[in-house]
Amino acid sequence: MSIVVREVEKAFDATPVLRGVSLEIPDGELVALLGPSGCGKTTLLRIIAGLESADAGEVRHDGEDVSARSARERNVGVVFQHYALFRHMTVEENVAFALRVRRRPRAQVAARVAELLRLVQLEGLKGRYPQQLSGGQRQRVALARALATEPRILLLDEPFGALDARVRQELRRWLRRLHDELHVTSVFVTHDQEEAFEVADRVVLMNAGRVEQVGTPAQVFEEPASAFVMRFLGAVNAFKGWVEGDRAFVSGLDLELVAPASAAHRARAHVFVRPHELDVHRAPVPGSFAANVDRVLPLGAAVRIELSAPGFGGMVEAELDVRRSEALALAPGDAVHLSPRRVRVFPSREDELDSLTASGL
Amino acid sequence: MSAAARRGVLPGFGLSTGFTVLYLCLVVLVPLSAVALRSSSLGWQEAWKVVASPRALASYRLSFGASLLAAAANVVFGGLVAWVLARYRFPGRAFVDALVDLPFALPTAVSGIALTAVYGPTGFIGRHLEAAGVRVAFSPLGVTLALTFIGLPFVIRTLQPVLEDLDPEVEEAAAVLGASRWETFRHVLLPALVPAATTGFALAFARGLGEYGSIVFISGNMPMRTEIAPLLVMTRLEQFDYAGAAALATVLLLASFVLLLTINRLQAWTRTRAGAA
Amino acid sequence: MDADARGGGVTSPALAVPAPDREAPPRPAPPGPAAVPAPPRRRPRRATEDPALVRWALVAIALLFVGAFVLVPAATVVAEALRGGVALWWKALVDPDALAAVKLTLLVAAIAVPLNALFGLAAAWSVTRFRYAGKSVLVSLVDLPFGVSPVVSGMATVLLFGAHGWLGPWLLAHGVKVVFAVPGIVLATVFVTFPFVARELIPFMEAQGVEEEEAALVLGASGWQILTRVTLPNVKWSLLYGVILCNARAMGEFGAVSVVSGHIRGLTNTVPLQVEILYGEYAFQAAFAVASLLFLLALVTLVAKKGLEWHHRPRPSALRSAP
Repeated sequence: MSIVVREVEKAFDATPVLRGVSLEIPDGELVALLGPSGCGKTTLLRIIAGLESADAGEVRHDGEDVSARSARERNVGVVFQHYALFRHMTVEENVAFALRVRRRPRAQVAARVAELLRLVQLEGLKGRYPQQLSGGQRQRVALARALATEPRILLLDEPFGALDARVRQELRRWLRRLHDELHVTSVFVTHDQEEAFEVADRVVLMNAGRVEQVGTPAQVFEEPASAFVMRFLGAVNAFKGWVEGDRAFVSGLDLELVAPASAAHRARAHVFVRPHELDVHRAPVPGSFAANVDRVLPLGAAVRIELSAPGFGGMVEAELDVRRSEALALAPGDAVHLSPRRVRVFPSREDELDSLTASGL
Repeated sequence: MSAAARRGVLPGFGLSTGFTVLYLCLVVLVPLSAVALRSSSLGWQEAWKVVASPRALASYRLSFGASLLAAAANVVFGGLVAWVLARYRFPGRAFVDALVDLPFALPTAVSGIALTAVYGPTGFIGRHLEAAGVRVAFSPLGVTLALTFIGLPFVIRTLQPVLEDLDPEVEEAAAVLGASRWETFRHVLLPALVPAATTGFALAFARGLGEYGSIVFISGNMPMRTEIAPLLVMTRLEQFDYAGAAALATVLLLASFVLLLTINRLQAWTRTRAGAA
Repeated sequence: MDADARGGGVTSPALAVPAPDREAPPRPAPPGPAAVPAPPRRRPRRATEDPALVRWALVAIALLFVGAFVLVPAATVVAEALRGGVALWWKALVDPDALAAVKLTLLVAAIAVPLNALFGLAAAWSVTRFRYAGKSVLVSLVDLPFGVSPVVSGMATVLLFGAHGWLGPWLLAHGVKVVFAVPGIVLATVFVTFPFVARELIPFMEAQGVEEEEAALVLGASGWQILTRVTLPNVKWSLLYGVILCNARAMGEFGAVSVVSGHIRGLTNTVPLQVEILYGEYAFQAAFAVASLLFLLALVTLVAKKGLEWHHRPRPSALRSAP
């Protein structure tokens, strides 16, 4: 079932949380709402579920405006952040709840519950209470419960947030496989880029109540649509500079742009270089700037070099593969030269709103 | 989007809120406004004569004074009991912990006659005090004593959870930084307890101000000397002087409103302090 | 003097503390230079631990205080009730007036407690499950009866329903007597026990959060189904806790009921009023015998309360604005 969100606005106590959000999710897709805390992603999810209502705008499920329909009538599966399992009910009773309140015949309920418990691999634990389960098991119960009535939309709020790292890894893959099996349109909220990239078909990047970019993981990573997306996804060196036509300027350095920024005349700009797109040389090369090595941190396949470049805002980070790093044999104190292989430039905006800064990330 | 949707999506808003407000009005607000309105039927001058009569003033003095004293005694001794209960393990601790709630669970009439029996001139403790020249029953001291009894759980049960929640790391940090045990208590623990202690004090004081049952037996109810304000209201009522009683009751109501507001503020303060710790 | 200086070593053996299990095992004294006289063996105290002397002094004062103020009066009730022997105690209890008082008290509680429990549930649902303006005012108003003197509470009923009150004459003309009759006692009791269940449920449901109810809603449950299948099972112990406190006060209320009852023996006397009447007639033994019933009620309440706290709550809630 497709989901369409159009110009949705929402404020809590006069604090805007969503500022005109529009979004289309085709049938059967698995989409991540990704953004820092406070960007409005959970609120958007709750509005799609019918757990909040928008102040303005509309939500359509399969083309039909559901704004007037209560959460009860939408038949949407929801997995809550803390699972919201009914603590006085067993696993089996939790999963059966939606069928029981619909007064389905006993035999049918039992069969469906057994099927779901098999799906989430919890047949053996059906008599347990939620407190007796591990985090990962609770999560799977929550999922089975949400799927009981065969909803055509599944919404998950930070589904892996409360789990430890190893369990999280397993559950991510499992969720992906489950989706490939069921093909139910799924939306999940996360603040973890790795999680979004690993699980989702498409990623919706949100910032300060707006959608910044929608695209496949590769698209949003390689072609970030805004300074926010650039900074939010992965490590990045940020410089303040100028842009004019297809050239950018940072502290006297003249850089050529692959994709010209849309500034016809000279404008203030954020200039970004990812650490792995920064080359390190012993001697100066055209378009390079001087820096000093502070620390060399081996990270397995790659080596991270922390440098100070006085003319370039102080700290700079570069990432080299092990072979290149060995060839250079860098040590703290070495004077080197850096040349960006790829530069991305976004003109500064006066009205920049950024959940990243707001949340202190 | 309708305002209704902004409240939340669960059903039953109208029913639950409607019933709550209606019941609140019928049971609490209408009767209380009857008291205030009845006193206004006297007219300002008459009402003032009643509420500022020497006998009324003496009863306020006793009610306020004894409540303040009792609440203060409870902050000191109740605070000590709370400290001991929260911090030390000793034989009978669970028993004492349970006992602390008794003044709260015991009907006030029973507390009243029990305290009179113990602290009366021939009582178990009273006769020794009498021999030492201290008269408890039928004196303001008796009123204070009864109010101390009544207020005890309020101070202890407000302080105890705060004491139990104090992070031992803070004290350890103080010790590592060179503070003696007393200095740690004085400069680290005590300030953390002030909001809860103040709240407990206000709760005990508010309860004392309105208390009736546990006092009437031990106080002797002598006008100008051991007559508390609620008793004066009762006396007026028994003389069918409804307007006069209502005027005095309005004074008490105003005092309890002010206290209630203060307590709300104090509890918010305690919570923010606890949250910040 | 520095509290530290009075540390463990000075303590006489008689006062030595039986070491609580969390204490560190005693460490042998460091081998000091032979010339220095070995100090009395000192076990280093933990940073969060008070000197034993201080500890025991504080415990002693606390015990003395609680003993004199609570234990002795409580024991006196029992002692006085049984002073004339069990037979006399029993005789006082089966006195027709005493029995009538017990019946009335049970009746009053049976009406007041369910009403206020229903109110508490509705108020908690409204306040904790919805956002709306004026909510905090509503919560403060719920507390009101806790702040009002019982005498004033009873008086409010008299002013409304008494022979000279607003509604009294009209009701009397229609043959309904409220003040100096059972309805007045019920009304006064409902007033004074009004906040108990609500005050218990509101913070509890607030802390529980709304997620489970939302989950039930998304899963298709109706309002009634959410209430009976999710909310009530979750709050039942908290509700019971509030009901127990409410009941204790309803059965034990004295001041408010005293104003409206008129003290008509066998008709409008509740148990606490019966105690007062007997005491006023110098029938001390009988007064204490009837009072021992209320004492028993208090004990049952405390045990039930402790049981619930032990089972279902991490610790006794601060009494908040409880009476």
